[in-house]
Amino acid sequence: MPGATDDVILRARGVTKVYPGTIALSGVDFDVHAGKVNILVGENGAGKSTLMKVIAGAERPTDGSLVMEGGEVRFRNPIEAQSHGIGIIYQEIDLCPNMSVADNIFLTREIAPRQVINYKKQKEVARALLERLEQKIDPDTLVGELGVSAQQIVAVAKALLQNVKVLIMDEPTSALTATEVAILFRVIRDLKSRGVAIVYISHRLEELMQIGDYITVLRDGKLQATSPMAGVDIAWIIDKMVGRTLSSFIPREEHTVKREVLTVRRLDYPRPEGGHYVEKASFSVHAGEIVGLYGLMGAGRSELLECLIGLHPESSAEIEVEGESIAIPGSTDERIARGLVLVPEDRQAAGIVQSLSVSHNITLASVRSYAHLGVIPAKAGIGDVMAMIRDLSIRVSSPEQLVTALSGGNQQKVVIAKALLTKPKVLLMDEPTRGIDVNAKSEIFGIMNDLAKDGMGILFASSELKEIMALSDRVLVMARGRITGEFKRGAYTEADLVAASAKGRTPA
Amino acid sequence: MADTQVKVKAHRPFSLKLFLMRFRTIIALLVIVVIFATLSKHFFTIQNILLMTRHVAINAFLAIGMTFVIVSGGIDLSVGSIVGLTGMVIGALIDVGIPLKIFGVVIYLHTWFILIVALAAGGIIGAMNGFIITRLKVAPFIATLGMLYVARGFALLSNNGSTFPFLNGQPDLGNTGFPFIGEGNILAIPVPIWLLVIVALLAAFLAKRTPLGRHIYAVGGNERAAGLSGVRVNAVRFRVYVISGVLAAVSGIIVASQLVAAQPASGESYELNAIAAAVLGGTSLMGGRGSIGGTIIGAFVIGILSDGMIMVGISDFWQMVIKGLVIIVAVAIDQLQASVFQAAAIQEERRG
Repeated sequence: MPGATDDVILRARGVTKVYPGTIALSGVDFDVHAGKVNILVGENGAGKSTLMKVIAGAERPTDGSLVMEGGEVRFRNPIEAQSHGIGIIYQEIDLCPNMSVADNIFLTREIAPRQVINYKKQKEVARALLERLEQKIDPDTLVGELGVSAQQIVAVAKALLQNVKVLIMDEPTSALTATEVAILFRVIRDLKSRGVAIVYISHRLEELMQIGDYITVLRDGKLQATSPMAGVDIAWIIDKMVGRTLSSFIPREEHTVKREVLTVRRLDYPRPEGGHYVEKASFSVHAGEIVGLYGLMGAGRSELLECLIGLHPESSAEIEVEGESIAIPGSTDERIARGLVLVPEDRQAAGIVQSLSVSHNITLASVRSYAHLGVIPAKAGIGDVMAMIRDLSIRVSSPEQLVTALSGGNQQKVVIAKALLTKPKVLLMDEPTRGIDVNAKSEIFGIMNDLAKDGMGILFASSELKEIMALSDRVLVMARGRITGEFKRGAYTEADLVAASAKGRTPA
Repeated sequence: MADTQVKVKAHRPFSLKLFLMRFRTIIALLVIVVIFATLSKHFFTIQNILLMTRHVAINAFLAIGMTFVIVSGGIDLSVGSIVGLTGMVIGALIDVGIPLKIFGVVIYLHTWFILIVALAAGGIIGAMNGFIITRLKVAPFIATLGMLYVARGFALLSNNGSTFPFLNGQPDLGNTGFPFIGEGNILAIPVPIWLLVIVALLAAFLAKRTPLGRHIYAVGGNERAAGLSGVRVNAVRFRVYVISGVLAAVSGIIVASQLVAAQPASGESYELNAIAAAVLGGTSLMGGRGSIGGTIIGAFVIGILSDGMIMVGISDFWQMVIKGLVIIVAVAIDQLQASVFQAAAIQEERRG
């Protein structure tokens, strides 16, 4: 095994996991080096989440072994893995939304001498942990009230408390903006210096280059390649992951931009306790134009999009679609009827209906249009559904399949298909490629460019700087609820965006 | 991934385990019928079948309404009380009429009008449930639990706790014919069974072939996703409670008609049988899953089980234990089926 050294704290050898009808892992070897960041990459279905679950004790391997600090270990459940010092932060953050930040951090590890919880001490320790992560999150806040990126920080704080030897992080930066990623990386380097081994799973290839020490690529359940990070570049990674070279997978295209399709003036969304989620936002989107919305956590991007789709009756604005003003406040179905539709940030919570088939999900927003005199004909919509499956390259064996059987990337395409069937004039997207593998991402970028070419206006929020810069004809930057910058393609630098996103913040 | 042709209909290789799970309710029904037919020679007679089906029908109307409510993500505990209250409304209109002291007359409505008023009464209570749940944001369990007591209270108040006996009506008042609904036959088939067939077909149609039906499933499956897809969530939830109320009124009409009397205690605990039938038929209490056909079969299972146990002479107390066990086992298998189904679906996608 090339690169085998004494600093390997955990060794997976020949790990195989067979489910009825499918082989998720086949004879995989994986070395976890202490005090280093061990990257694990692969497309969806390549086996990385299965391998991760085996290490964390959430799954038991059909064959193979785990050797930790010299001795073989067998975990029957995650608690046993935890007691050996293995911690895991899942991408779908498993915190309790109805409990406070401090309570979540101390869940199952309460400071409770003599069986009485010392809430004061817990809050102090929680506050200290969060300060180390340089995040001003009040330990009393209910986790359910925090945005996704703040919840991730809390999950990291929780793992820090457990004094892990091996910390597995599954897509930890998927909802963090550039500055927050930098903070997380600082913390990771701190953990490294204490000898903690990090297993880092991510689709964000540029980040991996920055933070990784070793990289292991899985493909179709097998070990494809493993190497120290030096001497490896993105092209190499992509080549190992998919077996072919993708030149630059975020297509940069110029679009001919036409008339205004969306005009927003003085969008205001007040907070109940004073202040604003969104304040005096005015902007426009043109037909055939892709407008990127960039900003830090809490800047108000999601809230702005939610106001446009009618989710917040407390907000006020003047909104015109193709020059005609729309009613404020309005309901979501009214906004959809006027040509606005939103692909939400969290597809599990607000995008797909898990109990329905792919076909019923795709037609959900346009069901009424298939009804004649209140009756939906038996085969209604199947043509549209098949067309969407084809046009968006949704990988599914049949439209009657349960939508939960699809991978994350294909589920996201289902949500996009549903939005597109409403024949929108403006497509609103909140983090459209979050938590999706490389292939699906590039397909969605292609879809966005094709839609713009056909004359649709697109307003998309993203925390990935490279994505924003490559896709957008124009970039709007938000900070603390206000639009702090507007930049045209080619007329700005990365630093401009970062500066605009930090406006109005007191220096740390 | 391989470039497989996307098929319109899913093609799964046959699996005995999945087959048994999916059709478990029908299988259970057949097993129960066979058991009781062997144990009692009176079981498989036309007379008995019609009798059992009449009992099933009373529960089935409630169960159909309950299915819509549960699929939408809610629950309706007030249907039993609506059964009682509608009966009392009918009883009052037939026996007492509407006295107008000012004019010194008493209005007696024609039987058809009485039925319409009864259905409207159920609908109004359903609407009140819907209002409390969607506008006042009270959880469905609590709202309908409260209504269970309120409606039952009004049923008792309407005649000071007494029954309205002799709902035959008087020919010169034009309000005869009421007992026909519960006791009469059309083409040798009891009226309640005709009603059951018609209502079941309409309900299945609503569920599968109307936008409202799709929306109900979406709201129960993921309310936020439904809202973002333009579904008017509050309107949908309001409507299912009205439907549930009206169907409870149908049941109340049949109960009063069969007794030819209106008792304020009619329908007590009927909601539990309705929930049991829906759940046995595959309706998930989490919302988003369920079918009218499954519920009907579930109602038959409960009804035939109950009647069969009486015929065979099983003690009342053991009947309760058995009924409870059947429900628990059915739901446990249902949970298992959902996860087996899900795993099979995921593998199917991986194979492709």
